[in-house]
Amino acid sequence: MRENLHRFFRAARGAGVHVSPAESIDAMRAVAQVGLTDRTILRDALLLTLAKSQDEKLALGDCFDLFFSQPEPPQEQPQASKDDASRDADQPPSSGSASEAGGGQPTEGLGPLAQMLLSQDRNAIQAAIASASGAASLSDIRYSTQRGIFSSRILDAMGLQRLRDDLDELTANNPALAERLRAALDGLREAVRDTVSQGLALYAREEAENLRNEILRNAPLARIERRQVAEMRALIRQIARRLRERYSKPRKRQRRGHLDVRRTLRRNAAWGGVPFLTAWKRKHRDRPKIVALCDVSGSVAQVSDFFLLLIHSLHEVVDDVRSFAFSSHLIGVSEILEKKSPEEAMAEIMSKVGFGSSDYGSSLVDFERDFMSTLTPQTTVIVLGDARSNNLDPRADILRRISERSKRLVWLNPEGRLAWGFGDSEMPRYATFCSVVRQCATAQQLERAVSDIVATYQ
Amino acid sequence: MAEQKASTSIEAVESGLAAQGYIASRQIATAVYLSQQIEKPILVEGPAGVGKTELAKAIAAWRGKKMIRLQCYEGLDEAKALYEWKYAKQLLYTQILKDKLGEVLGGAQTLHAALDQLHDFGDVFFSKEFVEPRPLLQALEQPGGCVLLIDEIDKSDAEFESLLLEILSDFQVTIPELGTVSAITPPTVILTSNSERDLGDALKRRCLHLHIGFPEQRLEERIVESRVPGISQTLRRQMVGFIHEIRSLDLKKLPSVSETIDWARVLVLLQASELDTEIVKDTLNVLLKYEADIEAATPQVTTFIAKAARSNVFG
Repeated sequence: MRENLHRFFRAARGAGVHVSPAESIDAMRAVAQVGLTDRTILRDALLLTLAKSQDEKLALGDCFDLFFSQPEPPQEQPQASKDDASRDADQPPSSGSASEAGGGQPTEGLGPLAQMLLSQDRNAIQAAIASASGAASLSDIRYSTQRGIFSSRILDAMGLQRLRDDLDELTANNPALAERLRAALDGLREAVRDTVSQGLALYAREEAENLRNEILRNAPLARIERRQVAEMRALIRQIARRLRERYSKPRKRQRRGHLDVRRTLRRNAAWGGVPFLTAWKRKHRDRPKIVALCDVSGSVAQVSDFFLLLIHSLHEVVDDVRSFAFSSHLIGVSEILEKKSPEEAMAEIMSKVGFGSSDYGSSLVDFERDFMSTLTPQTTVIVLGDARSNNLDPRADILRRISERSKRLVWLNPEGRLAWGFGDSEMPRYATFCSVVRQCATAQQLERAVSDIVATYQ
Repeated sequence: MAEQKASTSIEAVESGLAAQGYIASRQIATAVYLSQQIEKPILVEGPAGVGKTELAKAIAAWRGKKMIRLQCYEGLDEAKALYEWKYAKQLLYTQILKDKLGEVLGGAQTLHAALDQLHDFGDVFFSKEFVEPRPLLQALEQPGGCVLLIDEIDKSDAEFESLLLEILSDFQVTIPELGTVSAITPPTVILTSNSERDLGDALKRRCLHLHIGFPEQRLEERIVESRVPGISQTLRRQMVGFIHEIRSLDLKKLPSVSETIDWARVLVLLQASELDTEIVKDTLNVLLKYEADIEAATPQVTTFIAKAARSNVFG
């Protein structure tokens, strides 16, 4: 059983539950206490010791159900096993089994696997599959392309070679029996294939997901296929959560720096000023203040979706965010983003200002007229856009004033550096007034950029 | 054999808690049993009012142990949670003992010799007598063991979590001047959290993680039955059914078990025999704590009562 539990831990890791060695030891101890007979108790015990959040509990519960629906002959009733394949394997011979049983022992002289298949010993077959998949280290399976090789490894470990020899021999001597054996072998192959697929589902999930996410993170946001949009959203949300975990820690730093004499004296007045309790000067840190300007015009329509999503998550990480969206004119969208779910908020913003042709000049004029007072020397201004202003006046002078009023001005441009300054791109003119200009075309670049911005306040 | 024992012991936990008026689900009982067996703290998470704190009280009452409670808040530090030196007493003693100083230093001729002699006495002031034990240290010093409830750990600072790690894993604390204090009998530790912030992995790793959500209808009926015995069965069913309908709404704060119990008490006080629109609308403020929630729920009241009554007939 210990072996099985270890395999379960691997499967749990595959399902995204972090199982450290210490946790697996705890789980082992818990299982030793509650025993294995009652599956609901076992499930509860494993959920209690391994899962550390509600999400993990759900994932682990599913994993548990999948794992223990596997054919596990030593613990399971034959009827309870869901392995249809092995049942199929039994069907053809069952019709002729009565006559066969009467007619002597034709199975003698055959290999163990052949005997097992012919005697329809379902438990033994499944035990053999289980032990063979252990020998073939099925839990190392990572990619779906490995299914073939693992199937054949398992079959080899079960003694397929010997079975083939037996088959050749029987075809000559006893064609009827050979026919039966061949049918049984097909059933066996199917059973093994199912086992391998299940193994893949159990053990390979993590690897496959990591690979997919890695590809997705580096894919240009503007060229994401429709079917990947949902995954991308999930990924951006993940990024936002990571940012939140990293930067939403309390911003107090205590007991650092210099002794605060005034407060120390006051605090120790009761003891005649003998400094038993010390008070330290606290380091004050700026609270992040961010003003985000997001281009939602037609030229960046694909990307602005994700920009808005990220700004939406910024609202969760940082207390003081003012966000604005613009294409031909500019509106404040903080309230919409704070009150509504990401999808609703994005739909509303898009319906208000989205998909127009962009006019950076007049949008900046709008900003200067109505919102310039939101900028303080602590504010970081983020502009998300391609700086393509349709050959209208870029009003870079306003951007200069924005830059002068604020702590930093960061421009994130979804276009590659090569495209800056070509066509109607005003990027070089704007860039002179920006503290940082970054290309920001993939999820990874987006994460880095935002992480840098928030980190300056830590 | 051992396994047989396990399931009966879990049932024993269930009935033991039930005797204290705490109706535990199977999962909760398993957690309590396991925490006792493998000596691990339980971290209880869940929405407010589902009986997280109550669980600790019930365990303490059931085992006949003292309950020590540490309420966490922002700014809680080790002086308030673990131990503190009794400065005033130390100071007072030094004043009183000033006269004796001459005797102590009597034989010393040089400054060096005097210092050496003083060093021997120095530790006197940093001994057990001058330590003011705070909840965590108190819990370790209970000879018969106790139930230590660390309430709303998510409200405390992240640094405080690290302070807890030593207690949670080894049931000991280290006081620099005194050395390590180990628990006489390991206490049963319960931590509760409303998931206001994510707790550190190190803390989570040291605990069994129990999530208490809103109970199923049957379980909730049993809870109401044990807490508010005066309520009739029909009304109980109806009101619990009604609350389950309310929870399907998108509200700021969903009514939890404590609200259910309060509402049951209110209904008994008002001598209601069954739910009707009038009485529900009048008492909705017991269930829902935000004006916006009450506004959102009011138009649905009639439908929900009808639904609850219907499920009552079939269920």
